[in-house]
Amino acid sequence: MATGTALSQDTGRDLARQEPTRGAPRYRPVVDILETGDELRVMAELPGVRAGDIDINFEKGLLTIHGKVEARQAAETTYVLREYGIGDFYRAFEISESIDASRISAEYADGVLVLHLPKSEKAKARKIEVRAR
Amino acid sequence: MNRWLVHGGHPLSQLRSELDRVFSDAFNGNLTDRPWLQRGGGGTRGQGFPAVNVWEDEANLYAEAELPGLRMEELELLVQGNELTIKGEGRSGAQEGVTYHRRERGSGPFSGLVRLPVEIDVEKTEAELENGVLTVKLPKAASARARKIQVKATN
Repeated sequence: MATGTALSQDTGRDLARQEPTRGAPRYRPVVDILETGDELRVMAELPGVRAGDIDINFEKGLLTIHGKVEARQAAETTYVLREYGIGDFYRAFEISESIDASRISAEYADGVLVLHLPKSEKAKARKIEVRAR
Repeated sequence: MNRWLVHGGHPLSQLRSELDRVFSDAFNGNLTDRPWLQRGGGGTRGQGFPAVNVWEDEANLYAEAELPGLRMEELELLVQGNELTIKGEGRSGAQEGVTYHRRERGSGPFSGLVRLPVEIDVEKTEAELENGVLTVKLPKAASARARKIQVKATN
């Protein structure tokens, strides 16, 4: 997928500057994104994130999801087995579909965020009736 | 970048390819993908088993796995000797009548075994699941604990 337009790169740099610098790595959460007639639905896995530590932003077609994760083990912990790292979750999407931002809603349970992005009226598929004459 | 993909005005034949581009990940370049993301998808760990971290202190071993979307009643934990088995049913498959733009989350059953360095006291094993993170406390069997040997002076 082409992501190299000047527009998205510039946006990316601006956002990166706003982000506080942190030593910890950030991870890209896995998502399912599906579309129904009425909405786009984003389901993002944010294990270890508390509901109050999720920051969702939608502006000018740019959706960002940021989940803050506190360290769960002391820094000096010695792992017998270490298969994954722990850190914040962050991911951004550009959405060209026209969204009714005032009606965006979100639920969070068991480490999974479900984000509802209702299509604006004009973006809903219109059924065109063909009348026989 | 797809913002100029305006709605309406496209011939029907173009609709499909346009839908595929409704979303694009923007500037995710510096982020790290996780191995467990492949759960159920035949990824890096063959059986689709979630990644596990294990650490210890003097009395216990601790195992942690990220299992978002699962509840405790959907999980089965077995401890035997020095082996911990984690089993789960996982989510069911795709929903009908919708269009998927991304489908990265794992689904379906998974099962895997973690071999621990010492024998575990099965009776005292405890597990909790919070915000999709499973933590299992595995007390070391008495026989496995390091014993402090008193050295007495003889004179």
